[in-house]
Amino acid sequence: MTATDSKSSNFGVVETEEMVLNMGPQHPSTHGVLRLKIRTDGEIVTHIEPHLGYLHRCFEKHCENLSYEQVIPFTDRCDYLASMANNHIYALGVEQMMGLEVPDRVEYIRIIMVELQRIASHLMGVGTFGLDVGGITPFTYCFRDRERVLDLFEYTCGARLLYNYIWIGGLSHDLPENFVQYANEFLDYFEPKIDEYNRILTYNKIFIERTGDVGVLPADVAISYGCTGPVLRGSGVSWDLRKNEPYSIYDRFEFDTVLGTGEMGTLGDCWDRYFVRIQEMRESIKIVRQALAQLPEGDVFEALPKKVRPPEGSIYFRGESPRGELGYFIVSDGKNVPYRVKMRSPAFCNLSVINEIGAGWMISDIVTILGSLDIVLGEIDR
Amino acid sequence: MSGFDIAAALVKVLLVFGVTMLTIMLMTLAERRVSAFMQYRLGPNRVGFGGLLQPLADGLKFLLKEDIIPTQANRPIYLLAPVIVMVPALMTMAVIPFGAPLQIGEHLVPLQVADLNIGVLYILALTSVGVYGLVLAGWGSGSKYPLLGGLRASAQLISYELAMGLSIIGVVMLTGGLTFGEIIAYQQETGWNIWKQPLAALIFLIAIFAETNRLPFDLTEAEQELVGGYHTEYSSLKFAMFYLSEYANMITASAFMVSLFFGGWDVPFVDELAMGGWGVALSVLAFVVKVGFFLFLYIWVRWTFPRFRYDQLMRLGWKVLLPLALVNVVLTGFWLVWRAGA
Amino acid sequence: MYSDFAPIPVFAVLSVVLIGVALFLQRILAPAEKTALKLSVYECGEEVEGPAWIQFNIRFYVIALIFLIFDVEVVLLFPWAVVFKDLGWVAFIEMLIFLGILTVGLVAVWSRRDLDWVKMKVPYGQGRYAKLRGSAE
Repeated sequence: MTATDSKSSNFGVVETEEMVLNMGPQHPSTHGVLRLKIRTDGEIVTHIEPHLGYLHRCFEKHCENLSYEQVIPFTDRCDYLASMANNHIYALGVEQMMGLEVPDRVEYIRIIMVELQRIASHLMGVGTFGLDVGGITPFTYCFRDRERVLDLFEYTCGARLLYNYIWIGGLSHDLPENFVQYANEFLDYFEPKIDEYNRILTYNKIFIERTGDVGVLPADVAISYGCTGPVLRGSGVSWDLRKNEPYSIYDRFEFDTVLGTGEMGTLGDCWDRYFVRIQEMRESIKIVRQALAQLPEGDVFEALPKKVRPPEGSIYFRGESPRGELGYFIVSDGKNVPYRVKMRSPAFCNLSVINEIGAGWMISDIVTILGSLDIVLGEIDR
Repeated sequence: MSGFDIAAALVKVLLVFGVTMLTIMLMTLAERRVSAFMQYRLGPNRVGFGGLLQPLADGLKFLLKEDIIPTQANRPIYLLAPVIVMVPALMTMAVIPFGAPLQIGEHLVPLQVADLNIGVLYILALTSVGVYGLVLAGWGSGSKYPLLGGLRASAQLISYELAMGLSIIGVVMLTGGLTFGEIIAYQQETGWNIWKQPLAALIFLIAIFAETNRLPFDLTEAEQELVGGYHTEYSSLKFAMFYLSEYANMITASAFMVSLFFGGWDVPFVDELAMGGWGVALSVLAFVVKVGFFLFLYIWVRWTFPRFRYDQLMRLGWKVLLPLALVNVVLTGFWLVWRAGA
Repeated sequence: MYSDFAPIPVFAVLSVVLIGVALFLQRILAPAEKTALKLSVYECGEEVEGPAWIQFNIRFYVIALIFLIFDVEVVLLFPWAVVFKDLGWVAFIEMLIFLGILTVGLVAVWSRRDLDWVKMKVPYGQGRYAKLRGSAE
């Protein structure tokens, strides 16, 4: 090829360079200290590489030096937006190893707390997602209502974020006076507020432009990456451990598994993942209402074991946290300290899909897609 | 020019400049208080009565903050950019009439600093100069996020500017002049332009939101995406200059909107000119109320809507607003010649 | 007539003086303790990788060119609009031809899909993005 040829064949094509851009760890919308190293060609992102570990606190190693009960406050700090769910699943795992039966009242209170926590966590997810696409006010609306949930928790156990409430074989406190009444009042107050979010954000034309059809995650890809929770259900896969493998007493309640519909675009887009969270709040309200109505009397402390020493062996116990399948793999060598605790964090798997569905979009969309995955770094880095 | 004219002109310059600065300061407070009101918060309410002195406290803080110029920045351009943004933003208010002419003795003093025969073009030109400042700030910082913000500023400019210019053409055709005096006098005679040019008014309203980089078009700053966009690397007073010129631009754009489509200082069904001093006072009040409404609209919209992606803004500009604006020009022309013929 | 413009430079001088005084005050009052890290550019707290001044792909190059053409059109329309009322049908038809040619240009650019300048390659692109389907790398 002569020089002229190569020149003419390149006519109209301007050579451009790729830019390497660090998004995070100190960035307004990486939801914590995540670092995304992105390669961009213009504003179009060609590759995304999540760098983790900025919030690594050796959770799993810590567990090997703490007695079983002392691990619970550490599980709080993994997914700090859904501490109750972490407490719950860890406690259930250890109880199952020990073959411990807990009173019905404890089970019910746990479900009430975990489902309220799911509401609080989804409010955070929904609000920050609105923030990611530029809507600031919906975020404060969500926080206004999340505060009410945290008030209920504070009323029950004194803590607003890290509860250490659900213990192995019981609870740290019984329900306080009038809790049922306050909780019902909250639910009555909160249910119409979901319509308010829909009015201000969900059906906003600009919001739909930004999220509909964007970041489509097909069901097979979601499954092969191990996505769970609203991310998986947003792609239309009916997989909810509360339904599919009912643990605790979830089989006693009426509720539906919410699936993405592709209503505002394609099945599995950011809007679907967002809307699954909105509707799951309604389902949680249903569960809490039923649990409050059926709440039996009893002593919540009677099953608390004197010594927690599970027999030699191991267990993998999983449950549905607000972010998806949260599992604890616990190995016991018969001592009062676990030999090994491995945590399967849902947000970690959900985040791993970011390059698959995010590459090719623009920088603005990366922020949207990341927001729709609703990650919590405390749980990813552990 | 007599001595009286020069004195009157000087007083008007100082008055308009001072009031513009004051309004900018009030707007920074109003934005925070109104947004707080919309978000179940309180907002700044401690400095002075109801937080009225908060802007002064902020200004003092900006003044006392260390000025940081990154080593990687292109120094001259980095320093020049905020000035390029700030100066035109403050200069545009000069051509906006803010009240009916005032009779002092035998002199009729128009309440307008300069009635240029190209008043409309003057504002269009100066507001476009401001965009250069954003692009230069983005490029001159020598950092990646500002670079992206600066490029978005240019992308934004080429999206809305055509529609904005074309939407004004309709008004100019009706009036047959480019001075604000003529435009307002025309609206006094025949009613506000919003009734005759509703489509143009709508296009113009959308365009000024893009022009002033406000949500839903604040792509150049886009905190959640580009951290701070073009002003990421700016600190202390230089940041304050970008911040204040945004509000200055909002005030100009609102006043521009009011003058073009909402009769400027005109109050319908009232002859301000015949009422003497009270008429002038009424007209100034009318102007302030109208501009205040659009300033409030800015805040209201900002705290309600999410943000567009910038290719979506471009699509909106080129595929919706531009054809509509062209249609508006042709329709206005057809209506005018048809009426003249009939 | 040029005396109309007299207040404009006064305005410009006032703004520059205001900025100058503020910057001068800051120079006197504000602290200045520079360190190398403080003076480095922001990249979310990480070491900067590569310069910002690269051959950046702005992508909307073609639209920018079209913009220039249309902007000139708008400039030509302004004087036309001012005298339009006096000229009547002739001016209207002339301008229709002028606008017509440019509109044909716009339609041509539109149908060539140059207005859809974001040539994203989106994996799993569907719905509005079905045409952009492809692999990013």
